[in-house]
Amino acid sequence: MSEKIKIKIDREFCKGCGICIKYCPRDVLDESDDLNQYDNHFPEVVRSERCISCRRCELYCPDFAIEVKEEKE
Amino acid sequence: MINAEMIKEKYVRNHPSPFCPGCGGGMVLNAMSRAVEKSGLEKEDVAAVSGIGCAAWIPSPHWRVDTLHTTHGRAVAFASGIKIANRDLEVMVVSGDGDCAGIGGNHLLHGARNNIDLNVLMVNNGLYAMTGGQVAPTTEHGEETLTTPHGNPSSSFEAAEVVKAAGASHVARWTTYHMDELIEEVEKAINTEGFSFIEVLAQCPTRKGKKEGMDGLDMLEWYKNNTSKEKDRDKLYVGTLADIERPELTQEIYRQIEGFRGD
Repeated sequence: MSEKIKIKIDREFCKGCGICIKYCPRDVLDESDDLNQYDNHFPEVVRSERCISCRRCELYCPDFAIEVKEEKE
Repeated sequence: MINAEMIKEKYVRNHPSPFCPGCGGGMVLNAMSRAVEKSGLEKEDVAAVSGIGCAAWIPSPHWRVDTLHTTHGRAVAFASGIKIANRDLEVMVVSGDGDCAGIGGNHLLHGARNNIDLNVLMVNNGLYAMTGGQVAPTTEHGEETLTTPHGNPSSSFEAAEVVKAAGASHVARWTTYHMDELIEEVEKAINTEGFSFIEVLAQCPTRKGKKEGMDGLDMLEWYKNNTSKEKDRDKLYVGTLADIERPELTQEIYRQIEGFRGD
């Protein structure tokens, strides 16, 4: 049974501090070119296949704006 | 399983918080929530008390437990009242460095001396952030702030060491970079019978970082590079400073009351 990992980013709650991008051990995230309602560059999932669901991003996000979801297939 | 979705759903309210981008406040909220979840406590068994300042906004209104937002510096005093009135509650105090070590310094000392069963988290950002970045007792020597533009002429107050000397059962120091250790330490504090004091060095990117050209992330990296879990002369020690057994005030009071009643 394989597990599908989905990363949910709450764009509007993100304050663009970049902590999740830096502390991802697998470089899954990158800064977006787009801006949210507060003019912040939120993170974007660019290398989703590399995610190992370690949840460091969840642990370090000061605004609870990123969630890792594992879906069983 | 503990994950952000569940923590956010169960413990966080009034989201998003008013904290600045990259502020350590949200990370402390995350750590506290995870520690309470891990310890197996019900939310109804937890009361959180805070004073005034940025750090006081961490539990009130953002933590979904019973909260009390009190006057400046008096968080430990209010919390002592709660604990003595209802000793079944697990009382958490979240207070900034200016609130806890500055204005409420005497309450902190005597809370530690009494060894009353509180869990005090002192979120130390090194200055009075909410009011504009004035010098605080915890500001390092020589550091520029709004009120010390030529550098702080006095030296900083080592709150954790002072509380340890005052007789607290459990004293520790961590930073927001050490999230795993911080969660473990808060859990340990919850399980300690007696005064638990955890100094959490937390980044203030707006009042402190901006002056030094650092953002929240740079400050986390600074904590990573300038703290050590070993006793190292050049680096700030992080870890448990004290873990001792001493008589706890609430238990002593109730033992006396039961003695009078002849129970």
